[in-house]
Amino acid sequence: MTALEIEALRLSLQVAFWAVAASLPLAIAIAWVLARLEFPGKSVVDGIVHLPLILPPVVIGYLLLAGFGRHGVIGAPLHDWFGITVAFTWKGAAIAAAVMAFPLMVRAIRLSLEAIDKGLEDAARTLGASPGDVFLTLTLPLASPGILAAAILGFARSLGEFGATITFVSNIPGETRTLPLALYTLTQQPDGDAGAVRLVVISIIIALAALLASEALARRIKRRLGA
Amino acid sequence: MSETAMLDLDIQIRRRDFSLQARFQAEGGLTALFGRSGAGKTSVVECLAGLLRPESGHIRIGGLALFDHAAGIDLAPERRRVGYVFQNGRLFPHLRVLGNLQYGLKRTPAAERRLGIDDVVGMLGIEALLDRYPATLSGGEKQRVAIGRALLTSPNLLLMDEPLAALDADRKAEILPFIERLRDHAGIPIVYVSHAVDEVIRLADTMVVLSDGRTVAAGEVEDLMSRLDLRPFTGRFEAGAVLNVWVIGHDETYGLTELGFGAGSIWAPAVDLARGTPLRLRIRARDVSLSLTPPTGTATLNVLPGTIVDIEGAAQGGGPHVDVLVNVGAPLIARITRRAVDSLGLRPGQQVYAAIKTSAIDRPSLGLGRNRRPVADS
Repeated sequence: MTALEIEALRLSLQVAFWAVAASLPLAIAIAWVLARLEFPGKSVVDGIVHLPLILPPVVIGYLLLAGFGRHGVIGAPLHDWFGITVAFTWKGAAIAAAVMAFPLMVRAIRLSLEAIDKGLEDAARTLGASPGDVFLTLTLPLASPGILAAAILGFARSLGEFGATITFVSNIPGETRTLPLALYTLTQQPDGDAGAVRLVVISIIIALAALLASEALARRIKRRLGA
Repeated sequence: MSETAMLDLDIQIRRRDFSLQARFQAEGGLTALFGRSGAGKTSVVECLAGLLRPESGHIRIGGLALFDHAAGIDLAPERRRVGYVFQNGRLFPHLRVLGNLQYGLKRTPAAERRLGIDDVVGMLGIEALLDRYPATLSGGEKQRVAIGRALLTSPNLLLMDEPLAALDADRKAEILPFIERLRDHAGIPIVYVSHAVDEVIRLADTMVVLSDGRTVAAGEVEDLMSRLDLRPFTGRFEAGAVLNVWVIGHDETYGLTELGFGAGSIWAPAVDLARGTPLRLRIRARDVSLSLTPPTGTATLNVLPGTIVDIEGAAQGGGPHVDVLVNVGAPLIARITRRAVDSLGLRPGQQVYAAIKTSAIDRPSLGLGRNRRPVADS
């Protein structure tokens, strides 16, 4: 692989990893709220979570730029108080990827939470476990196949993220030029075809590897859960 | 019963689609909640466990309030120290049997623990299962583990919601002795939900009959079983009286056992129990027939003289059968045809002879009694 390819690959993996790692706890929390609580405005929350799935990615990218830019409502305090800049950095790329992957992750986790027999949680309560204890020792382990699926799905979606990323953090080599953006760049060049094909092959290999790894892991978890 | 009954429950829930008005007291031992499905048995048990909140009333165990609407008390399930054995076990699928057993134990303060893993594992015979996952257990094994898991929290009250309902006859026979042992030796009061009359008779001291979310009767099993007015709630097919008896002796030649009660004795197929053993005997109404004179030339060994106390349903139209309550020194119920009542001219106060087929008395109709009878001289 060329240095550029390695750099794009490393950046993609880094962005996708942090996108999933940072958003997974929030995705679990939101999924739990949607799966277990009834409250007024629940459909509004549900709708907002799903927005990235139905809006054009460019719109999300633009909204992120407005919100997280140096003068945005979140970007300004982030920069002024913590000295963190996300616009036009790989951190911004991770945020864009996380936002786009979020609805997919919430859906997968929510489904697995809803599949858990509430009777098991009742049983745990009668055995002396507080609600928090029940969540940690019963709900989370039982939802782990769904959480794993969500993480893999989110990771794959993040690797492929393009529209929101290029809008929000642009296409900066070594900083925000992930695999899809590098591929895009190559297709814009007259002699980029050979390089583009190589990136396509790399993308396919990563996607397949992630899929196989998740299948193997899911099988192990399923066996442990006795399903 | 007194103000300080072991278990004192008086709860109400009134909703548009669901209402519960349950009220009973019980002293230790095993209290059976009996009624048809949908009668509210499980709701009562869930209220006891804290999984369902009554709108008013109170629940006390040994004088300690778990729930008291007036006083604003409603303990969370994890603070009630009430064990719950669910119908399908509800074992945690991601933990091995040992992990399931330890789940409640770990959450019980050391000072409160009365039972250890070894005691419970030994009592339930589940040593060989400890390393297995619940998915690999049979129904009966699951239920034993579920009982053990609940016991290891050293509960002040044990709830069992139809723990045998999902099991076949063999598995039931495997679990019943454990429940009897629990009742007799562990000293934990048990509330047991069932719609099977033979389980209630075999296991229960106190019986609470529920119908449409209301308690219609509560009292000792023998008393309630001989009440004809409860028949609509206990089910007609199941009709029968319950007698407290003890083993008088055995007839080895013919393979029979003589069971005594206050005013006489009954021959049953041999049971392998020592003389003096108290038993609870259920005699189904359809196995009892009546005649005005002592039957002669009959194959029936058991003929008991008695007086008619009550005839149920004779006046109204309806089915071809009526139930007759006869006092033979103990209450006995006979199911005979309406036509027989008319042709024999049966009425309350009349002298009759009740015949019971020996073969009608089988193992499921016998329950171990609890030292209520004086041990007979040998």
